[in-house]
Amino acid sequence: MNDKPYEIIIGLEVHVQLQTQSKLFCRCSTTFGQPPNTQTCPVCIGMPGALPVMNRRAFELALKTAVALNLDIPAFTKWDRKNYFYPDLPKGYQISQFDLPMSQHGWLEISDPKGAFEPKRVRITRAHLEDDAGKSMHDEAAGKSDSRIDLNRTGTPLLEIVSEPDIRSPQEAKAYLTELKLLLTYLGVSDCNMQEGSLRVDGNLNLHIDTPEGRIATPIAEVKNMNSFRAVERAMAYEAQRQCEVWRENKIKLGDKPGGHKTTRGWDDTQQVTIKQREKEESSDYRYFPDPDLLPVIVTAEEVEQVRASLGELPAAMRTRLETTYGIDPYDSDVLVNQGRELVVYYEELATASGDGRRASNWVQQDVLRTLNESQTSISEFSVSAAALADLLKAIKAGDLDNTRSKDVFDEMVRSGRTAGDAMATLGIEKVDASDAESLCRELLEANPKIVEDLKAGKMKAVGSLIGQAKQKNPNVNPGQFKDMCLKIVESM
Amino acid sequence: MSVLESTATELLAELAAGNVSAAELTQTYLAQIEDHDEAIGAFLNVDAERALTQAEAIDTRRRAGAKLGLLAGLPVAVKDVLCTKGWTTTCGSRMLEHFVPPYDATVISKLKAADAVLIGKTNMDEFAMGGSTENSAFKRTHNPWALDRTPGGSSGGAAACVASNMAPLSIGTDTGGSIRQPAAFCGVTGMKPTYGRVSRYGLVAFASSLDQAGPLARTAEDVALLLEAIAGHDPLDSTSANVSTPSYTATVREPLAGLRLGVAREHFGDGLDREVDAAVREAIKVFESQGASVHEISLPHSKYAIATYYIIAPCEASSNLARYDGVHYGYRTDEKEMLAELAEERKALEAAGDRARLDALDSSLVRMYRETRSEGFGAEVKRRVMLGSYALSAGYYDAYYVKALKVRRLIREDYDAAFKDVDLIIGPTTATAAFKLGEMNEDPLTMYLQDLYTVSANLAGIAAISVPCGITGSGLPIGLQLQAAPFEEEKLLRAAHMFQRATDWHTRRPG
Ligand SMILES: [Zn+2]
Repeated sequence: MNDKPYEIIIGLEVHVQLQTQSKLFCRCSTTFGQPPNTQTCPVCIGMPGALPVMNRRAFELALKTAVALNLDIPAFTKWDRKNYFYPDLPKGYQISQFDLPMSQHGWLEISDPKGAFEPKRVRITRAHLEDDAGKSMHDEAAGKSDSRIDLNRTGTPLLEIVSEPDIRSPQEAKAYLTELKLLLTYLGVSDCNMQEGSLRVDGNLNLHIDTPEGRIATPIAEVKNMNSFRAVERAMAYEAQRQCEVWRENKIKLGDKPGGHKTTRGWDDTQQVTIKQREKEESSDYRYFPDPDLLPVIVTAEEVEQVRASLGELPAAMRTRLETTYGIDPYDSDVLVNQGRELVVYYEELATASGDGRRASNWVQQDVLRTLNESQTSISEFSVSAAALADLLKAIKAGDLDNTRSKDVFDEMVRSGRTAGDAMATLGIEKVDASDAESLCRELLEANPKIVEDLKAGKMKAVGSLIGQAKQKNPNVNPGQFKDMCLKIVESM
Repeated sequence: MSVLESTATELLAELAAGNVSAAELTQTYLAQIEDHDEAIGAFLNVDAERALTQAEAIDTRRRAGAKLGLLAGLPVAVKDVLCTKGWTTTCGSRMLEHFVPPYDATVISKLKAADAVLIGKTNMDEFAMGGSTENSAFKRTHNPWALDRTPGGSSGGAAACVASNMAPLSIGTDTGGSIRQPAAFCGVTGMKPTYGRVSRYGLVAFASSLDQAGPLARTAEDVALLLEAIAGHDPLDSTSANVSTPSYTATVREPLAGLRLGVAREHFGDGLDREVDAAVREAIKVFESQGASVHEISLPHSKYAIATYYIIAPCEASSNLARYDGVHYGYRTDEKEMLAELAEERKALEAAGDRARLDALDSSLVRMYRETRSEGFGAEVKRRVMLGSYALSAGYYDAYYVKALKVRRLIREDYDAAFKDVDLIIGPTTATAAFKLGEMNEDPLTMYLQDLYTVSANLAGIAAISVPCGITGSGLPIGLQLQAAPFEEEKLLRAAHMFQRATDWHTRRPG
């Protein structure tokens, strides 16, 4: 941000739980919310002698994601053990990927339709697979020092997606996460539910500050415990401000001793602050080495191409296509695409059938989405088909309906699930015959010589009163057409 | 015919003919254990009732004319490192003293499917780390040939029970020689199959890339029988080879025509006992007299094998044994006592105003880990966990672990080259016969040299067998080792059988 005396440098680490039936190295179910320790087996609770077997499906989903994130897929990837002691880690090590991850060097394009920042590519360092740890629950309420451990989550497949420190503002961070989540949703690889822990974000942030001595970097903070994208945005903004203040106070740079090392901080959502977390008691030497229980995975170029071919249209491409095909703005294509593939399909049907992409876009964004929101339903459950709505849009375009009436018809269609024509009939809306309209027009002009005079004098506003009277006599009168007709008659008088 | 003098292959015929029942056979072996194991100490756990129930069920099915498995009714002893569902599996460690696995190792499932009678769990060095079985947390096992001597290790119980006729068949595991060295010391036949030939699922890991379960028995024929029962691809073990298992029993009696034997000069260097040397050279002549040709070969990197092994194995072990932390199962330190101690230490430090040490004081979790692992593991296990943790540490990893992997590859390539010219490599299993119990307690390095001739096979992942080939002047058995290329167990067994047809060393019994 140019108005600030510093540049914010952010890199994000995202852990995504892949949507598999079973865990990464055993056949236990990954269903969320089951009673503690009911989804475990000798493998995932690290029983002596138990051995891991890779879940191919998890690898396929990871591969799909990696290809969609423009990552290179090496032909050879292996599993490594990350050794550390913790009660929720029953094997004493996590199976992860260290020096030969399954993918590296990719990017994700982000933009802001409102122009908060320039469109950019955020580089992605790597994405690799690993198994999740369990959950520790500290039972302090019971007044005991006991901890309880739930191993249902242990062994769930996680894809860790690490970005380069290319993100320059909290807004960009949020945009990156939103776009990433959208992509994952389009791919169908994760439900991205942050509340259930299917998507977790850690943010690494520091500042580059221009000083008389040159540009310096502040010590990096890794911020954890952010459980919504909004929280990420706020935490990053808070942390930037905090680091700026700390720098003014103590002038400690990244790498200075003491104090210049990376620290871990937790986001406190109630107080809206980041809080320094206790340093790990043991130094974090994870003693990585290749897991001798698992074979390396070989991925052929053909497999990668097959995956690429199976991806389907992804959000970025879809936005561009909607803009060129239907003539809508980037802002509109963004709103539509962000709603998911199904809504886009609906929109496209509507746009094609109605022959008016912009009108279709407005109707979907306003009326359709409002209705879905109000009823808390999804587009697949929506009672008005794209074809039916297209008829309504055509009627509007033909001038058969004014704005207010068209909303009434739409509401009736939603309520009854019937066609536009039926809904109009139910509401007593019918097209007024041209000769009827003309005789009504003449009748009113005759009864209002003052208005005729005004109109002849060029006071066009006077026609409004005529339209009002016409609508009272026949609600189906089309105001636009009626106006044109009046003016034409007055002219010929 | 005496049951106890018979080979498993002979017993199988008797069982099939109805001359003896599985229950009778089991009774006989149980009685033998009852009579002799107090002196030998081969078993950690014998469950007579379980064995007899199993035997009777097999007899019933036999009487009903059911199709029975390959080992129908034969008692098999199992090293206590293989998980047995509902039956304590200790690994010779205090850490798992009361551990009852909720599942069977694949080897155990296969034995059950083959209708073997599981007669008992045998003693071993703690977590299979050692060469004398003295590292067991529970008892010493004595060599049946000389009770003041070691049976070898880590599968000491597995070899001793066969040598003293307490079981006709026995399953051991071999990470650096742990089947072959005890087989040599106890005068029995023992095979380490190719890595991946037998499933490791349920084999409590010491060093995952080296561990392999295998059979011990009196004869090559019996080894063939037991191997056929336990070998095979296992989808539960990713490192298990997806290759078909030949019928070893069908071919073991066929001699190998034109057998080319390699003699590695590295196997006959300094430290090789004179009597062992002579016995092995005699054995080579036995093969020559049956038409085998002998070729001198070289395994130039074998001199690095011990050093390589004692980096790779401890590295893997340090990680494999991390799970024994007192949290989920197994031994846990007395927490009340531990917390009281910790509180006292804190108090003392507070009184002394020692801020620095107060800050460094363990959390209760870390203290629980520390105490549990200090108390639950024996000295040798701790030594190897430390060696491995050190070698994997930042700054040392490349110099130790990565380098060891490179040497390991060179060792494998030595074998690949050798097996282009010869079918089998022949040499001593160990440099000496069984040493005295307690002799090496203070000298872990000399103990590590026990694996000199055996450890390369594990590093290279190839198959090897030890067969009795002599008796020393002081009456101790000598072992002959044959090594073969990966998945050439059939060749090993046929060669071993050729040798046993021409000699009677394998029929000798202690006492
Ligand atoms: Zn599981």
